[in-house]
Amino acid sequence: MSAQIFSRNANAIFRVILLAIVLLVSGTIVALIGLYLSPWYTEAGVAKAQPIAFSHKHHTADLKIDCRYCHTTVERAATAGFPATETCMSCHSQVWTTSPLLQPVRDSFQTGAPLVWNRIYDLPDFVYFNHSIHVAKGIGCTTCHGDIGAMQLTSKAQPLYMGWCLGCHRDPAQQIRPVDQVFAIDYDVQSLSLAERQQLVVEYKIPTDGRLTNCYICHR
Amino acid sequence: MNAMTHTRIIRIARMAWLPLLFLLAGCHIDMYDQPRYTTNQPSSFFADGRSMRPPVPNTVAMGGFSGDSALMTGKLDGELVAELPAEIILDAALLTRGRSVFDAYCAPCHGLLGDGQGVIAFRGPLVVPSYHTDRLRTMPIGYFFDVATNGINRMYGYGARISVADRWAAVAYIRALQISQNTNVSTLAPAEQTQLQSGSPQP
Repeated sequence: MSAQIFSRNANAIFRVILLAIVLLVSGTIVALIGLYLSPWYTEAGVAKAQPIAFSHKHHTADLKIDCRYCHTTVERAATAGFPATETCMSCHSQVWTTSPLLQPVRDSFQTGAPLVWNRIYDLPDFVYFNHSIHVAKGIGCTTCHGDIGAMQLTSKAQPLYMGWCLGCHRDPAQQIRPVDQVFAIDYDVQSLSLAERQQLVVEYKIPTDGRLTNCYICHR
Repeated sequence: MNAMTHTRIIRIARMAWLPLLFLLAGCHIDMYDQPRYTTNQPSSFFADGRSMRPPVPNTVAMGGFSGDSALMTGKLDGELVAELPAEIILDAALLTRGRSVFDAYCAPCHGLLGDGQGVIAFRGPLVVPSYHTDRLRTMPIGYFFDVATNGINRMYGYGARISVADRWAAVAYIRALQISQNTNVSTLAPAEQTQLQSGSPQP
């Protein structure tokens, strides 16, 4: 009987190793996709520290202050605009005037040094996004910014991946609402039927010929 | 194929993974954060830390202000104007826009009805005057534009926040509020009274 190079269980070990390699490779891929979609990477739903513990819930849902009171350029510019300290002080020179939480606002107002907020929505520089056109065509604030009326501390509501943008650009009727409801924080897009929403798309002259999914629409 | 060439091919084939290194070239963020400033981005270049430079004092945008224009100031020859400037056309669209602007910027203090019972007035110690007094009903319309632009007493000016056209729209809506809140319901047409009772905003 000649000597065996491989032991009796070599085949079994070989199969286990093969399986382990397959599992490792596919597991790594799945894990990477999971990371890519996880809040750890996308920052969706993760509140950031801010110089002032500003509550969107309090100001929008409780006090019913319109988005535009602070984000004044949302209807006419690409960016909605961070409010100037003067905007805060328009009310807070009268209410909560001694609150220690608002000391940074008062300091900023006196010294002229701006409050440095941490940006929540930071699009890559190769993406062109314009707030005013979305607002003018019936895409509401909460469609992208989520249930802002429930956010004590502000966080991103969407990972902002391109596929998500394209979802609307392929079929605007999914998310459209009447323009007079754009700034309503508790509006439910489903309160209009799909047919009614498709009617709005026609009424607002939103192109449905595929132009909205051209690369150049956002990458210009 | 002799053994020599065979070995050489195998040696080259072992290097086949090297082109994968080119993938690493994709690991950079200079397209995400391009060497330019975006709105509100901080800057380490300027001493005050902002990339958006504050305008030199007394700067106005081209076409953004004219001291002797009724449209820009609500005054003509130093007198408050009593009528809307010629550039602003009074129609339903103006009042609809005015309502939207008023509800967003004015209502927090002045209240949705202009009665001075807004949510900020309710919370603070301040007294916000109602529009529905004889003094303000007879005030020329330019007064409201002037106050909206430059502020008055404790109210800050909104000239930097609301565009000229929107300020006039809001002012026109204030006038409409004054009329609507000072109208005897029995003088309305029956159809309008029914509509009012039903609470529906517009037909």
